[in-house]
Amino acid sequence: MSDNSTELLHKVADSEYKYGFYTDIESDKAKIGLNEETVRFISAKKNEPEWLLEWRLKAYNHFVSLMESEKTPEWAHLTIPKIDLQGISYYSAPKQRPEYESLNEVDPELLNTFKRLGIPVQEQERLVGIVVDVVMDSVSVTTTFNAELDKNGIIFCSFGEAVQKHPDLVKKYLGRVVPYTDNYYAALNSAVFSDGSFCYIPKGVRCPVELSTYFRINESGTGQFERTLIIADEGSYVSYLEGCTAPQRDENQLHAAVVEILAMDDAEVKYSTIQNWYPGNAEGVGGIFNFVTKRGICEGDRSKISWTQLETGSSITWKYPSCILKGDHSVGEFYSVAFTKGRQQADTGTKMIHLGKNTSSTIISKGISAGNSQNAYRGLVRVNRNAENARNFSQCDSMLLGDRCGAHTYPYLEISNPSAKVEHEATTSKVGEDQIFYCKQRGISEIDAIKLIVNGFCKEILAQLPMEFAVEARNLLAIELEGSVG
Amino acid sequence: MLEINNLHVSIEEDGTEILKGLNLKIGAGEVHAIMGPNGSGKSTLASVLAGKDGYEITEGSVSFDGMDLLELDADVRAREGLFLAFQYPIELPGVSMSNFLKQAVSSVREHRGLDPLSAGDLLKMMKEKAALVHLDPSLKTRAVNEGFSGGEKKRNEIYQLAMLDPKLAILDETDSGLDIDALRIVADGVNTLRSPDRSFLVITHYQRLLDYIVPDFVHVLVGGKIVMTGGKELALELEEKGYDWIKGDASLAV
Repeated sequence: MSDNSTELLHKVADSEYKYGFYTDIESDKAKIGLNEETVRFISAKKNEPEWLLEWRLKAYNHFVSLMESEKTPEWAHLTIPKIDLQGISYYSAPKQRPEYESLNEVDPELLNTFKRLGIPVQEQERLVGIVVDVVMDSVSVTTTFNAELDKNGIIFCSFGEAVQKHPDLVKKYLGRVVPYTDNYYAALNSAVFSDGSFCYIPKGVRCPVELSTYFRINESGTGQFERTLIIADEGSYVSYLEGCTAPQRDENQLHAAVVEILAMDDAEVKYSTIQNWYPGNAEGVGGIFNFVTKRGICEGDRSKISWTQLETGSSITWKYPSCILKGDHSVGEFYSVAFTKGRQQADTGTKMIHLGKNTSSTIISKGISAGNSQNAYRGLVRVNRNAENARNFSQCDSMLLGDRCGAHTYPYLEISNPSAKVEHEATTSKVGEDQIFYCKQRGISEIDAIKLIVNGFCKEILAQLPMEFAVEARNLLAIELEGSVG
Repeated sequence: MLEINNLHVSIEEDGTEILKGLNLKIGAGEVHAIMGPNGSGKSTLASVLAGKDGYEITEGSVSFDGMDLLELDADVRAREGLFLAFQYPIELPGVSMSNFLKQAVSSVREHRGLDPLSAGDLLKMMKEKAALVHLDPSLKTRAVNEGFSGGEKKRNEIYQLAMLDPKLAILDETDSGLDIDALRIVADGVNTLRSPDRSFLVITHYQRLLDYIVPDFVHVLVGGKIVMTGGKELALELEEKGYDWIKGDASLAV
């Protein structure tokens, strides 16, 4: 790579976070530190039933045992500094918390936040009728379009509200896909989760709008532990969008979320994420630790779960949205773009667990590394003994921008049924000097050339995103690439 | 239009001198051909004029339309109207031809102070220019040069030339790898694009292309210098005698 290109790529890689503003809203925080009292405090704050408190406490005790035996996950290609779990507050709610009838009643500061994020709720409302549930720090602030959803019997609300209004559903499905014993961070989340989203699509209903949640970590010294539970009953369909940002801070903030999805017979869930948490500065100070457990189960026959993600933020990302293909003829998909720059580290991928007969899965992962970042794909395809005729296609492509970053691919295959057909393709490329020169010779500037080439590289993933989200994703990628040139 | 004076160029990496005092003057609307044996510096000349990295200009000057060409970045040269048809066109996976051309045309037009084209006008122009070189209009949805046949790639270069409306077009061995039919299509396209305010520099190893694109001047490049200049009949003479007789002369001259 020529000096000029390299220099530009370094500039790109060092570009500053553009969402680093802090919203000045009074908030109601839990006392710092993690102990049984913290768990009880959160549960009480949320006015939770006894069974949920018990579940939390079981999770807490399990977490304590993991912590004492130091069973943090160590296998990822990540360097994780020791996280002081006693140094953060596990609950932070904006203090003014009335029930909103309309957006006009919402704290103007908050609306301003959305505007700066480029996802003004009002805009969203006007556009296509996306229902947005905004989770700021730990509690859900506003949901819109509930009337439209009610008509179809769709439940879409904050997790806290679901616990109050639909306790049977929550009790039946909570922890079914990701039990609190699943892993270190899932246990922590189960003990201290403060809010999140809940969604239930009844039998045969095709959700008429795209459901959308925006997460944002605002308060300093807090962690965000939200929990999302999506249940798609027989023959239903839902497309769910999730966006994440956080203001710029010198300290690291912990985000340990859990997402559970269940798809019954003939149901389809499409889950899309744009993750843009604060990545830390160019030297790697600050930024979000994004340790997320996302898993869906294709419980019913012919069900389908599809994960699409654009990951550009966080100082460390540890995330493997997975599918358990239990129903016969069920389908799992994972489409991912992970962009890292500066000192970011990402270890992300998926697990496709084939249990039912004639199940199929597709994995397409695109990693783009710039600056001094490390970007790893880690994916497991497991075909169990009874999973006749399982099919998997995996494609993992990595692109390097510059010469100080790393791309890694760790595919794992565990095949226990001889009828399985599994294909894996992997490529690594550099944005070529030749490609950039070709573009420049046609009058296209260097930064526009890099944007074109990177966008081309991610094209098939971005095409999976719902239209408005795809536009936002492309803009986000462009901003990330622009650096000081733009 | 273009004036090259005593141009000396080395490869940055190892310092090998490739062009050793090249002089060339191209007037508006003229078609010049540069011929020469392998390794004489033909492609280096094309690359240096287009502003490719990796070369060091140790001596000499190049003026393009009154500007100091060597001071301009490659993308600015393109916007100012210097076009290079690549010998080996580059593939851009996932980047559609229409997206690529949209970006290129709008950068170029903005630089030249022209209004941006509407989506409809751009499409119309794409269709029109694609027809010049017999390219299928469905090409616009394909990724740039990806999966193109050798002939399609070369025709695609001429198509882009037509889209970007340059003042000087350099064709770097555009004839290499083309069969006679494809060669005719490319040459017809180029001939259509000849005009009093557009000059061409046609770099070729063989005389064949010059049967179709008839040059005003033919230069012979040997050992990094132009050692002979003549009219179109010089190409025929070279075809007949090869380069050795000139090489002999050139070495005597040194």
